[in-house]
Amino acid sequence: MEPLNVYAARLITTKEYFTPGHRACQGCAEALAVRLVAKALGRDVIVSAATGCMEIVSSNLPYTAWKVPWIHVAFENAAAVASGVEAGLKVLMRKGKLPKKKIYSLAMAGDGGTSDIGLQALSGALERGHNMLFVCYDNEAYMNTGIQRSSSTPYGAATTTSPAGKVIKGQTTWKKNVAEIAAAHSIPYVATACPSYPFDLMKKVKKGAEADGPAYIHILSVCPTGWRIPPDLSIRIGRLAVETGIFPLYEVENGKYNINFVPEKLRPVEDYLKPQGRFRHLTPEMIEKIQNRVNKEWEKLKAKAGLCE
Amino acid sequence: MGKRVGMEVSIGAAEAVKLARAECIAAYPITPQTHIVEHLSELVNNGELDAEFIPVESEHSAMSVCCGCSAVGARTFTCTSSQGMALMNEILFIVPAMRLPIVMILANRSLSSPLSIWNDHSDIMSIRDTGWIQLFAENGQEVVDHVLFAFKVAENPNVLLPVMINMDGFILSHVIEPIELPDQDVVDKFLPPYNPVQRLHPDHPITMGAFAIPDLFTETKKAQEEAIKSSFPYIIKAWDELGNTIGRYYNPIEKYKSEGKKILFITMGSFGETVMTAIDMMEEKGIDVGLIRIRLWRPFPEKEFLDAIKDADILIVIDRAITFGGMAGPVTTEIRSVLYHEENMPAVVGFICGLAGRDVTPKDYERMVEIAKEKVKKGKEKEYEIYGVRE
Repeated sequence: MEPLNVYAARLITTKEYFTPGHRACQGCAEALAVRLVAKALGRDVIVSAATGCMEIVSSNLPYTAWKVPWIHVAFENAAAVASGVEAGLKVLMRKGKLPKKKIYSLAMAGDGGTSDIGLQALSGALERGHNMLFVCYDNEAYMNTGIQRSSSTPYGAATTTSPAGKVIKGQTTWKKNVAEIAAAHSIPYVATACPSYPFDLMKKVKKGAEADGPAYIHILSVCPTGWRIPPDLSIRIGRLAVETGIFPLYEVENGKYNINFVPEKLRPVEDYLKPQGRFRHLTPEMIEKIQNRVNKEWEKLKAKAGLCE
Repeated sequence: MGKRVGMEVSIGAAEAVKLARAECIAAYPITPQTHIVEHLSELVNNGELDAEFIPVESEHSAMSVCCGCSAVGARTFTCTSSQGMALMNEILFIVPAMRLPIVMILANRSLSSPLSIWNDHSDIMSIRDTGWIQLFAENGQEVVDHVLFAFKVAENPNVLLPVMINMDGFILSHVIEPIELPDQDVVDKFLPPYNPVQRLHPDHPITMGAFAIPDLFTETKKAQEEAIKSSFPYIIKAWDELGNTIGRYYNPIEKYKSEGKKILFITMGSFGETVMTAIDMMEEKGIDVGLIRIRLWRPFPEKEFLDAIKDADILIVIDRAITFGGMAGPVTTEIRSVLYHEENMPAVVGFICGLAGRDVTPKDYERMVEIAKEKVKKGKEKEYEIYGVRE
């Protein structure tokens, strides 16, 4: 994917569907991801959004940042609302009450609205086989309410409910792997993505939207506010997450794994952890523990993709 | 006109949903609502109803799916009970605020704990203030008629609010009654296809469910209150039209032998029929009592209610739910509030009974009349009573 970056500006549509003027923080990679997802899907989409950062920054009554039809109902039900959108369109088109046309049903939620409170609705929608795309914008904590830990917060990270205390140092559990949970539903398309790799991200969004059945894309969305980094490092940190193997980019197409970016050698996790304030307190032992876990998970993933010697 | 045939009320309700040509149905099974969704899924799977049946993983998702369906312009139905209703509680508030004309049957059942599958009104009373138009059916035919009526009202562009039909669990849902299903062409004339004022569609993008800062929130809520208050004349009009179509006329407040009576029962739901029997029995004994049934609970028909009770000295209000730590049952409290500014305020005696399906017989009502008279004589009408409780 590297050479594509040269032509970046020319390859991406100049049309904006998630428009400027929203109220996201400086350097918000989640807003960037939302923008890229919207560009990839174009005008013929209906977005069902969960409560969270992206809902709050884009829909301040009576304003809206959305140029596509958009609905927000509650926190935990984006997948259910998007199921309804899909079912409604299906029956209305079948009955000739709406002109037949491909209109994507997109559900979007943060990591809380996906891996915690929204997991049941997500699983239900994936199991029922709706023709919809669920995108999780994972900034690894409840950022909208003030950086509280979620099940998607990585081990060791300090949040306001997993503080780096004198006895307990940050998050004590490993990040829940929702992409694997989605894949366990045997849906046609699952992928991970990161806005630091915009072409890869957009390609996956298009693939997911065109899949025959439910699709799930898990997007790592760097949050300078919550991760305690300068806003200009968002893209760099996203790249480091991929280069260290902490957040591998891969797809599962009809059960077949494909890793999209396989470095010759993974960078040490320390390169990713060091610049971030949320990991400031990590001891060498904790870093080593993270490194071992990343190595193990990376090998597991490579095995699934048939890349092991 | 259709033929009157014996059928289970739940089957009748599902057949009415089919006659209404519902396009999306999302539901999760819960006793005593199950027979409705079972029959609906049969109708869909047999190709008798061209609709999407979405068998969701919870009631929370049921109402959420309904939001999506309704927002793209599909005629949408769901039904639930008790715990299921409690689980969808969060979304129940959002539906009317977003002006989505969803129709729901609530097969009324007690809220846990202790767990009980039987009937009372603790479920509906806990969601009184969600902003739905709320109706109470007394028998199976009323359930069937009101499914058609509910879509007519909800989808009226001057209303655009969800409608909830309360149907007593088991007492109505599981009994076989003679029910007349109107012919399809009659229903089609009464209820044309839903034509939404606006819908989610890429050709005219809208944003639904934006958040409001304090500067705007109060205004949006005032607008919602205006919407439900001003729905009243359209509700009356729809009842007139329904009556002209099927020959059965309904009113927000129904009266039974109430003219000139000094003592009146006030009931909601299926209790009305037993009270009518009780009144007939008492009449033979020379006890003069009438009945007022509240069919329309929200928006509350204040004027019609006051008009109906104007000659009464004693109102005996039957509640099927408890307001824990409150002054009386929820309906009694409401009635007192309606009467507060009246010059000749009747005494209001509240009884709570029939919790979790406990039978209340005509004899019990007769006893309540005696207790009520006694209470009023002693000036103790303010104290409500949980009738028949073993202490």
